[in-house]
Amino acid sequence: MSTVSTTMGEPALKLPEKHYLNASYGIRSWLLTTDHKRIALLYLASVTFFFFIGGFFAMMIRLHLLTPSGYLLSADTYNRMFTMHGVAMIFFFLIPSIPAVLGNFLIPLMIGAKDLAFPKINLLSWYIYIIGGCFTLYSMVSGGLDTGWTFYTPLSTVYSNSAVAPAVVGIFITGFSSILTGLNFLVTVHTMRAPGMTWFRLPLFVWAHYATSVVMILGTPVVAITLALAAMERLFGLGFFNPAMGGDPILFQHLFWFYSHPAVYIMILPSMGVISELIPTFARKKLFGYHFVAAASLAIAVIGFLVWTHHMFLTGQSTYAALAFSFLTFLVAIPSAVKVFNWTATLFGGSISFDTPMLYAFGFLGLFLIGGLTGLFLGCLGVDMHVHDTYFVVAHFHYIMVGGAVMGYLGGLHFWWPKITGRMYPEWLARIAALVLFVGFNLTFFPQFVLGYLGMPRRYHVYPPEFQVYNVMSTAGASILAVGYLLPMIYLTWAAFYGRVAGNNPWPATGLEWTTASPPPTENFEVTPVVTWEAYDFHNRPELGLDVPGTPSGVVAPAHGHD
Amino acid sequence: MHRTGALFGQFETLEQQKDTASLGMWIFLVTEVMFFGGIMLAYTINRHTYFHAFAMGSKTLSLTLGGTNTVVLLASSFTMAMGVWSAQVGKKKLLPVFLTLTIVLGFVFFGIKYVEYAQKFHHHLVPGRNFDITYCVNNPTRCEDMSAEEIKAERVELEEAQAADPDLNAHAQLYYSAYFGMTGLHALHMIIGAGLLFWLLGQSLKGRFSPEWNTPVDLVGLYWHFVDIVWIYLFPLLYLIDRHN
Repeated sequence: MSTVSTTMGEPALKLPEKHYLNASYGIRSWLLTTDHKRIALLYLASVTFFFFIGGFFAMMIRLHLLTPSGYLLSADTYNRMFTMHGVAMIFFFLIPSIPAVLGNFLIPLMIGAKDLAFPKINLLSWYIYIIGGCFTLYSMVSGGLDTGWTFYTPLSTVYSNSAVAPAVVGIFITGFSSILTGLNFLVTVHTMRAPGMTWFRLPLFVWAHYATSVVMILGTPVVAITLALAAMERLFGLGFFNPAMGGDPILFQHLFWFYSHPAVYIMILPSMGVISELIPTFARKKLFGYHFVAAASLAIAVIGFLVWTHHMFLTGQSTYAALAFSFLTFLVAIPSAVKVFNWTATLFGGSISFDTPMLYAFGFLGLFLIGGLTGLFLGCLGVDMHVHDTYFVVAHFHYIMVGGAVMGYLGGLHFWWPKITGRMYPEWLARIAALVLFVGFNLTFFPQFVLGYLGMPRRYHVYPPEFQVYNVMSTAGASILAVGYLLPMIYLTWAAFYGRVAGNNPWPATGLEWTTASPPPTENFEVTPVVTWEAYDFHNRPELGLDVPGTPSGVVAPAHGHD
Repeated sequence: MHRTGALFGQFETLEQQKDTASLGMWIFLVTEVMFFGGIMLAYTINRHTYFHAFAMGSKTLSLTLGGTNTVVLLASSFTMAMGVWSAQVGKKKLLPVFLTLTIVLGFVFFGIKYVEYAQKFHHHLVPGRNFDITYCVNNPTRCEDMSAEEIKAERVELEEAQAADPDLNAHAQLYYSAYFGMTGLHALHMIIGAGLLFWLLGQSLKGRFSPEWNTPVDLVGLYWHFVDIVWIYLFPLLYLIDRHN
């Protein structure tokens, strides 16, 4: 029986009298806050805004592709729709989502610190994000953008008639928000850990964010300079990427993918970190192979920098380079697989409960597996020739980014919502929404694997009639998916105000963040905590109120009282 | 709230606070290395592909102005280092002097850079529609800041380069893209550095820094040295291509 049970006779739980949400009031107390928890909520609101903007563009794409001749948009408008979908989703939702929202909120709590190392820089990074976002929104309303989210030259620098410059400037600016977040996390993990919080007692969520931050600080400056050069080329006539002056468009692609492939790991690593928290909690078992999972995060970050030309196999690069990068692409699958195997091994013999966050974790496991394995198809030179630039690629990266990153993000939001707001979301509604999402997602994107295999190219606004049945399935799935996203937005907002009071540690989970009040006080902990236990150690934590001390690892009490 | 070395709320000890700030600055400099790395890669590849155009472009730069600027920046690094030292040993009178000297040297650099940039505009050496690497050779009267011998020497170099690279004018634009891109970014960093130095100067005149607390001086010093080191790379990369004869 866990602490959240509100059976008759037990006193109802109450929110703490003073916490970070009611510590001060008014718009200034939010816009000038340096509290990492409030900044996380500012980010939550902003990335949600961009998520629904990106979602709107996605709906336009799917509606347009309902018929082979495309009945809704002109070819030019269609180009703008898929470009702006990519730009909004990648630069303004996926990259900041988990790090800037959950990472920001949780890293200081998880390591027992009062705040991040540089609270003002943390606020600055949010403002930079907003300024970059405004430039990009301006580009969207002042004619849109039609280059694809990759901004390939010379289309973006010479030929495109759309509002490329403000979008590029916006993304350039937003990059610095990402750099500052990564810098802040790295320094925080190095210098702000509580007494007893050794490197190998850190939750794997923190390890994942450490690896992510390394990618952010090493990769983002490169795309910043690349986009700056592209912008200067468009505005002032510099010539590095312009073949008319002897410049090299392929150089742009190299520089762009040097960041943008590792950026995939900025999106997926934090999500893996979330899954590493969810699975031990809801299997009520120590995570299998902690050190391997931590090392796998770092290995993904390092090898992830060495695979970028697999986006360019068909650009005429040397066969030997292609072979090497193909090999390295296979190599990066190994640490990813280590993680998947370790999560699965954790489940073995665990006491599994099917609360909503765990449903998302299961969703992640299955979808990431499909996304990851199809990535190997694409990393294989011969197969890539066949499916390059088809819907197979689109399906593959949506399985990673939506099936992986977004599932992890939503799972994490549900899991930590009681910590963030102090209140529980409606469990059954949430389970149904998770199921709707899973079904909608697969219906949207699985047919795209088939489409791609059959040869439907990506980014085309029309297609041969024989592909229609798959496109109709995909569009139908997208509608279900939209419902699946709207539901959590509505009930999580509702729960933040009217949900059942959760208590400090409703699941219960082992992390340091669960030892403080929900919502936490502004300074996070009443006294600086001293850590004496290993991560995910359910056995030596009598204060969790679990009936498990001395139980040998294996089957233990079920995770949730009322299941 | 002012910063006189008080402990910020998120830290336990002053030592932790100092270590944290310094680690943050070093990581920031790593991102700067990656930032300049991108444009240096573009430079390297183009110089490799269009060596003759890059050598020709380099020869149109003034070694005197560039060399003087290198000396000026090295001197400013020295005065900055002396400033950091003054702050560390608590010479409160000396610190503003060295900061002022650093600022002055920074502005000397800007002045010389301005002369160089103006000359390039004047000589039609800015990438774009009016770019013409042969402008001064063909219009010697328009380039009155060049002597007849200089024009003559440039004509010989130009003819050799044109023989080696028939599309010299286009490729020389790539050299000038690199020149303006790299020196422009460097100058932008110097401007930011100068702003930081002015702020430090104001703080030091109020006597805010002591041997116990001088983190900002230390960090701005790191930044200033980094910007200098970038120039130490830019000078040979841009000014000294194929200058051996």
